[in-house]
Amino acid sequence: MSGPQSHAEPHGAHDAHGDDHAPHGSLRGYVTGFLLSVVLTAIPFWLVMNDVLGNATLTAIVIMGFAAVQIVVHMVYFLHMNGRSEGGWNMMGLIFTIVIVVIVLSGSLWVMYHLNTNMMPDMHRM
Amino acid sequence: MAKAKAQAQVPGVPAFYVTEDEHAHSGGSTMLGFWLYLMSDCLVFAVLFATYGVLGRNYAAGPSGADLFDLKLVAVNTAMLLFSSITYGFAMLAMDKGRQAVMQGWLVVTGLFGLAFLGIELYEFAHLIHEGATPMRSAFLSSFFTLVGTHGLHVTFGLIWLTVLMVQVSKRGLIEANRRRLLCLSMFWHFLDVVWIGVFTFVYLMGVLK
Repeated sequence: MSGPQSHAEPHGAHDAHGDDHAPHGSLRGYVTGFLLSVVLTAIPFWLVMNDVLGNATLTAIVIMGFAAVQIVVHMVYFLHMNGRSEGGWNMMGLIFTIVIVVIVLSGSLWVMYHLNTNMMPDMHRM
Repeated sequence: MAKAKAQAQVPGVPAFYVTEDEHAHSGGSTMLGFWLYLMSDCLVFAVLFATYGVLGRNYAAGPSGADLFDLKLVAVNTAMLLFSSITYGFAMLAMDKGRQAVMQGWLVVTGLFGLAFLGIELYEFAHLIHEGATPMRSAFLSSFFTLVGTHGLHVTFGLIWLTVLMVQVSKRGLIEANRRRLLCLSMFWHFLDVVWIGVFTFVYLMGVLK
């Protein structure tokens, strides 16, 4: 991808401090990211607005897949994430956050789904 | 550092305070700290997404997402935010080359796209409330307005920050501190676009399904 190139580019304009750890990306990186995002946004909208797949569950799974890919595209091309920035601590923070986010989301949905199913009003009459 | 410490600790004289001048912690540490702030902000949104995930189908016999959402409007809104992301990227490229006027120009364009996004979102909210789909109507609408509203609030503060930085740059130029601030805002702005991917997928597109 463009990560290694953009990192290797010299930032001649402001090396005065010498502690410039943030890779700023390149024009090609931004344009590539933008074009990928446009495609990855347009396809889910098209799928839903025209009901292309004809199956709500399948469509939901597919558009979630597109969202996941687009988030990675944004992270790589716009936020310039890689395993090396800040000595890897950016990536560590991101991984930790993703773990917490997954626990919060799946835990909430799982627990509340079971509460909903097992505490239906009908239960009293059964 | 070692030299400064040696100066501070003159033999025989106990030092009860740091004698060296406090200096700004510029550079890498700020970017890492701001990244960690963004990650904590990510957790805020995760909680709001989880709330929406739990309550998003509790319509209380009121309108559902399929009744309310206008996907064409959401598509235009998404385009606004995506355009603002790339124009901010162009501003950062101009900053790298030291072209202040070009950078300010791209920042103005970014701000206008951001304003367009906010305007469309406020129009959508006003339209929903006018139709009776207020946050008080159902748990679905409460969680919808909280999640999308929090994102909109972030965009609002991003725009205020953008304006302040443009004034700063016009007064002080592209000094090191301003570059650092602009890079932080860059991360903030792109992060908001990432959150919006989740919003349009989970809230709008999946809300219209079923």
